[in-house]
Amino acid sequence: MDTSKSKQEWLENKLQPAIKKAPEREEQFLTTSGIEIEDVYTPDDHQAFDYNQALGYPGEFPFTRGVQPTMYRGRVWTMRQYSGFASAEATNRRYHYLLEQGQTGLSVAFDLPTQIGYDSDSPNAQGEVGKVGVPISSLEDMEILFEGIPLGKVSTSMTINSTASALLAMYIAVGKKQGVDPSTLNGTIQNDVLKEYIARGTYVFPPSPSMRLTTDIFHYCAQNLPQWNTISISGYHIREAGSTAAQEIAFTLADGIAYVQAAIDTGLDVAKFAGRLSFFFAANTNLFEEVAKFRAARRLWAQIMKDRFGAKDHRSMTLRFHTQTCGHTLTAQQPDNNVIRTAIQALAAILGGTQSLHTNSRDEAYATPGEDAVTLALRTQQLLACESGVADCIDPLGGSYFVEYLTDALEEKAREYIQKIDDLGGALRAIEQGFPQREIQESSYRTQKDIESGKKVVVGVNQFISPYPEITGLLRVDAAEAEKQRQRLASLKARRDNERVAQALNNLKTVASSDENTMPAFIDCVEAYATLGEICDVLRGIFGEQEEILVI
Amino acid sequence: MADAEMIRVLVAKPGLDGHDRGAKVVARALRDNGMEVIYTGLRQTPEMIAQSALQEDVDVVGVSILSGAHLELFPLILEKLRKKGLGDTMVLAGGIIPEEDHPALREMGIAGIFGPGTATNDIADFIRKAMAEKTIN
Repeated sequence: MDTSKSKQEWLENKLQPAIKKAPEREEQFLTTSGIEIEDVYTPDDHQAFDYNQALGYPGEFPFTRGVQPTMYRGRVWTMRQYSGFASAEATNRRYHYLLEQGQTGLSVAFDLPTQIGYDSDSPNAQGEVGKVGVPISSLEDMEILFEGIPLGKVSTSMTINSTASALLAMYIAVGKKQGVDPSTLNGTIQNDVLKEYIARGTYVFPPSPSMRLTTDIFHYCAQNLPQWNTISISGYHIREAGSTAAQEIAFTLADGIAYVQAAIDTGLDVAKFAGRLSFFFAANTNLFEEVAKFRAARRLWAQIMKDRFGAKDHRSMTLRFHTQTCGHTLTAQQPDNNVIRTAIQALAAILGGTQSLHTNSRDEAYATPGEDAVTLALRTQQLLACESGVADCIDPLGGSYFVEYLTDALEEKAREYIQKIDDLGGALRAIEQGFPQREIQESSYRTQKDIESGKKVVVGVNQFISPYPEITGLLRVDAAEAEKQRQRLASLKARRDNERVAQALNNLKTVASSDENTMPAFIDCVEAYATLGEICDVLRGIFGEQEEILVI
Repeated sequence: MADAEMIRVLVAKPGLDGHDRGAKVVARALRDNGMEVIYTGLRQTPEMIAQSALQEDVDVVGVSILSGAHLELFPLILEKLRKKGLGDTMVLAGGIIPEEDHPALREMGIAGIFGPGTATNDIADFIRKAMAEKTIN
């Protein structure tokens, strides 16, 4: 029996006769990004492959294999469950519980009024207080949220964008009250408003003043909070809105390019701020495409920072990222299946070298997760870290003919999109013209049609359907919580030094109208117990409000 | 003639919720199904939704909520519709709405509730059937 000497020989002599006898399951196998997958990959597919150029070593350019030399052998990823609901008290209890259960970092979910700059007593907040996160209207709420949690020891990620300056100011103020020097604070604010216009929807101000607030934070933190991640440039919401993996990389890195350029334009040196940029991606169930996505994103960002922005030090070129498993893949039908989906997605994130990870809970197609469901989601991460062995070797899929092929293909597709965005005048101009929004909507509609036609199988939804037991133990947010929150706010307004509040707000108005850095004025306001709504009203008066860029 | 018979649907996003993937997919699918669809965009107050329903003279109002504010927002939307004389307009709910809240929503007059995993064709069929019954009655 002769064996094939090349892929071509095998295709002709072995594969094609076999397919003639019995056709394969599909005529064409595709990833979510439309990359065609062949039967097998071999060295013949990588004839021009140059190891040092394509992959390099962990902690070295182009960082394809990982951003640190030891990766999970030194310390496993940070387990960080996004969490917040009802009230500062209830959320504080959940944080203590999660830390007791072995979670290693905090991640704050704020309610929508807080994210959009309304106090809990605003008419605009009706029905939304404490619903998708914790309501924070003043420093007093923030003090309760972190009661008994040493900010000098824990790292905290805050999903806050348009109102990031005020919430960061509150975090600094709580730290000071605990006796923690701001220079030692560890954590992240999302602070990525571009993707709010694209996909997430909690924008407040128009792009130009928003970008100014963002770069003010870059400047302020470079001097005062050197360990703080000043932004988390997010592809997660772009993916959740329906994008493919390639679009997720491209639109996220295009936003990243816009932030770096904006910071340079205000006179910041790349070496001073680029090392504090961080990223946030989704993990979908298509395992190999996802692993390749993380690797391609790392390599592409390193090249962009080096070639486009002339970054010199390695730190400025590394793409460090948080990952969350894909919420949109969770099903209301057969909710136990969600545990399995989440486990596969978490595995993809780990094999892709994530720095921190949130795993979704099985009940999230119904409500904000309950305590039992969150615990199981955290256990999924712990099991992967401690039992599976996947954390013992760096980039274990590196060198796989298939994964390297996908990594190259995704990088190329992402580059093409970034080129298109450059041609449109950069991320902001592209967003104003609705380009990424339209691309995402096309992908999301195609996915829906594929599910409805049965082309894309969702277990328990369009195949393997069975009756399922009703889910129990769902978290309910009592309406009384919102009332309590409004009362606390009223009592604060009566108790505080209102003259000092007026002075601080007035100062913010002056500073925001000039080109001075706004961060000290934000800190002054929150320390005087000015409310978030009062602060944002001042800014709305100066900056105006953003209208939706409606694309459909 | 065909135009006069075309079913008109308002797809609305009330409150502060930014999750619009579902609303946009449904809007497009109903349009592909031959209906006239008006999409409001984000952050609509109950008053704005009722005003759009009146102005656009729609047969159906589809409301998408994923923030958990459904029990607070739906009564306000229904009240505003009634005040504008649109108490008969069919109102549908979509989004993240736990089953235990379905009876309360139906009680207040929501005609159909469509959660995650719903096929868009099922929504279109539901609307066509309900509109046909309305015409007969």
